[in-house]
Order: sequence, then C-alpha cells, then structure tokens
Amino acid sequence: MRHIREGFKNIGRNGWMTIASVGAVTTTLILVGAFLALMLNLNEMADNIEDDVQIDAMIEQTADEEQIQNLGNEIEKINGVQSAVFSSKDDQLNSLIDSMGENGQAWQMFEQDNPLNHVFVVKTADPQDTAPVAKQINELQGIQSVNYGQGVVEKLFEFNSYARTIGLVLILGLVFTAIFLISNTIKITIMARSKEIGIMKLVGATNGFIRWPFFIEGLLLGVLGSIIPVAIILTGYYYLVNNISQHINYSFIEILPFNPFAFQLALIIVAIGALIGVWGSVMSVRKFLKV
Amino acid sequence: MILMKDVHKTYANGVVALSGINVDIKQGEFVYIVGPSGAGKSTFIRLMFREVKPSNGTIRINDINVNDLKERKVPYLRRNIGVVYQDFKLLPKLSVYENVAFALEVIEESPAVIRKRVMEVLDLVGLKNKARFLPDELSGGEQQRVSIARAIVNHPKIVIADEPTGNLDPETSREIMKIFEEINDRGTTILMATHSKEIVNTFRKRVIAIEDGLIVRDEHRGDYGYES
Repeated sequence: MRHIREGFKNIGRNGWMTIASVGAVTTTLILVGAFLALMLNLNEMADNIEDDVQIDAMIEQTADEEQIQNLGNEIEKINGVQSAVFSSKDDQLNSLIDSMGENGQAWQMFEQDNPLNHVFVVKTADPQDTAPVAKQINELQGIQSVNYGQGVVEKLFEFNSYARTIGLVLILGLVFTAIFLISNTIKITIMARSKEIGIMKLVGATNGFIRWPFFIEGLLLGVLGSIIPVAIILTGYYYLVNNISQHINYSFIEILPFNPFAFQLALIIVAIGALIGVWGSVMSVRKFLKV
Repeated sequence: MILMKDVHKTYANGVVALSGINVDIKQGEFVYIVGPSGAGKSTFIRLMFREVKPSNGTIRINDINVNDLKERKVPYLRRNIGVVYQDFKLLPKLSVYENVAFALEVIEESPAVIRKRVMEVLDLVGLKNKARFLPDELSGGEQQRVSIARAIVNHPKIVIADEPTGNLDPETSREIMKIFEEINDRGTTILMATHSKEIVNTFRKRVIAIEDGLIVRDEHRGDYGYES
C-alpha cells in the first residue's frame, strides 16, 4: 500500500517531467500501434495470398486414364506436397465460366469442344516450397506445363519478409527510445530523493522496499502513456473498417475485423506501455541502490 | 559483540585507511574513538554497518560475520545498529514525528507499533511536544536529538555516532551526551567518534585512539590525550 501511495506521489511531484515522459510513451505507442495494425494486416493478407498459391499442373492431352492415375501418385510422392486434386477439363471450363461472371457466357460455346487440359491442382504444405515443387512436377512424364504465377510468387514472398523485418526493427527502435526517456525521468526523481534513499538504506531498508515505489511510478507512466494511443487505435480502426474496407473489392485484401483485432491490439499497446515504464524504472534505480 | 581481527582497509584510490585493527567491544560498553583527522576513525565506524567493506581481516558483530554477509542481508545487519551523524541527516520535508517513524516504516512495522515507539523515544529525547515541527524549525541540538531518536527507535543493540556534537555548542553537547548515557544505561553499546576533548574528559569512558590506521591506545576511563 505504502509503495503504491509513494508511486502516485512521485508522479505528482515531478510535474513536467511526468508529462514529458508520458508524452514520449504516448507518441511511441501511437506509432507502434499504427505500425502493428499495418503489419499485422499485411501479414494476414500475405498469409491469405500465400495460402491461395497453388500449382496447376496441366496434363498432356494424349494421356489416358491409367497414366493420369500414375501421375497423381507420383505428384503426391514429391516432398512438400500436401494434396494433388484431379480436375477434369470440364471442371476447369466451368470454373472459368463462373469466374468470368456475365462475360463467361461467351465461353459456353467451348462446352462441345473443350480446348483445355485436365489438371492436377497441387497444394504445398509450406507455400515457400511452391517453386521447387512446381519444378519437379514439370519434369514428370505426361505433364505439359505447370502454372503457379511464376515470378510474382517469388516477389511476393520476398516483399513480405522485408516488410516484416523492417516493421519489427522500427517498432523495437521506438520502444527503446521510450524506455530511454522514461528512465531519464525516473532518474531525476531518484536524484531528488537520493538523500532519502541513503537514509532508508542506513536504517535498514531492503532494496526491494526502496525499489517498489519507483517500479510503480514507471508502471503508471507507461500505462498513462497508453491511454491516448488506445483511444486513437480503437476509433481509428473502427473508422477504417467501416469506411475503407467497403471500397475495396479485391478478394485477397481483407482487413482484420474490428472485434477482436482492435481490442487485442489495444491490449498489446497497454502491455508494451507497461513494459516500457517498468523497464525504464528498473534500469535507472539499479545504480542508486549500491550504497 | 564487536570483534575485529587484523582489519585492513585500502580504498580503490590507494589510500590506506586502516592497517591492522584488533578490537573487542562488549555488549553495553561506551567507547570513544579519538584521533587526528584522517587517522581512520570514519572508516573504522563505517566498517561496522558495512558502508565500507574491509580489504582484509574479520569483523564480527552480534556473532554475524560482516565480511561474508551477502548484499541482500546487509539491511538486516543495519536494523541492529543505529547511526547518528554530525549533520543529523534528517529529511527536511518530514516532521519530527515522520522522520523518526521513517525508520520503522522502512522495516514495515505496523502503524500501531510505530505510533507507540515513536512517542516513547521522542519522550526519551525530550521532544514529545515538538513532534509536529519540521527540522528547520528546531535548534541544532534538537535536530540532533531527533536523529538520536531515529537511531534508537527500533531498539538496536549498538548505536554508532560519528561526531554527534561536532556542530553543537558545549552546553548543548552536554545535553546530548546525557541522552547517550541514558541510552547506554539501558544496555545499548555506544561507539562515538569525537574531537571533543571536553566531552571525553568530562564523561569518562573507554577511549580508543587511532593514528595512521592503527590503534595506538585503548584505555578504560581514559582521557582525550590530544591538545584540542
């Protein structure tokens, strides 16, 4: 109880420094929150796209049923293949007509004389294996060609991994800046109270006893700093979901739903705020306890 | 009680403060530590509550080996030792009562115990009626009495005083000494570093003289032995 009371008192005593470091946490967390929202959505999209990646292995027109059967078995034996589903040329035509919508009608005239191939639709367990697996399938007897969005898929994977790394580095950088600022604020509190700490040690206070109020001060600074970012993220994301997502029709761009994503994000933001605060305080107290 | 064997202390900057101290102080003794400035008196005193660690030798206090004491056990050693400084070391924003209570809050005593003990010691040092005053509103002698009250409020077995009368006039010094004698009469060991010839020669006690990091004299009911 005493520790909590002391922690709150310090917040008041420090006035401007408190405001400055809460401000620093606020700014950091707004940026971190925006980055996280962006990154997690990009990640989700990337995952969706990656999951959609499939290999269409076109079977030579001349292949008979037995050969097709064998091909299917061989494809399934390739390392990394999750499934290989046969799709007849009629199925292919139907799905083509469906995907064209109204324009698809024109293709119906091919129903009598279908120019398409039978196809094995192959999925890999790990999307990253797509290219090597496709290459192996292409080398099989009886396969005319493979199609998996060559070139585009590799670029997509590359882009995703860059985006993830850069996002992570930025977030870590911001978090460390905020920790630095908080630890400075608390250092000032401590220097102002160094005489008090000295006397506390003299009369037999344990380090834990001395540390607690500062720990709580840091925690409070961090949590206070997360209030505005949480508000911004909740309202901002609500607005985004309700206004922007309606204008985007591409099936693969799907913004994560407000509930639960925005709330999870808010929770993460508060947790990062608390962590920054506590870390900052622990770092600055450590030195002063060596008496 | 307090036992030192061949204690040496050399500071990191190469200054040799103590070079072979042997001493045995029994429970309930009243001991003056005298000697010229820079002789090692302060180091000697600070070794007791582990503000300083010895470079060599052993120190035992209340049968605790202070040398090997783990860092996190040091606070518990200090709870058995009250310390009084020349400059009082009071917290200016806290009242007399709060300054004394502080020593008990830190060791997490219950509020009821704190109230009872603080009023007891303030009575002992004669400041019961000034409990609500701030340190700045008191005279030097009164401030020193507050710091004595803080040192003894948790009933330590040993009280260490570093020049407690250094900033006080002779009359006030004598009053402070009477308080120390009263504390000593209750069985508390008292170690007092001092430069006051008058006090040592008036209130006769055991005198340990330190010069150049060595004990050069150890007499019961001794005198100051230096020109002041």
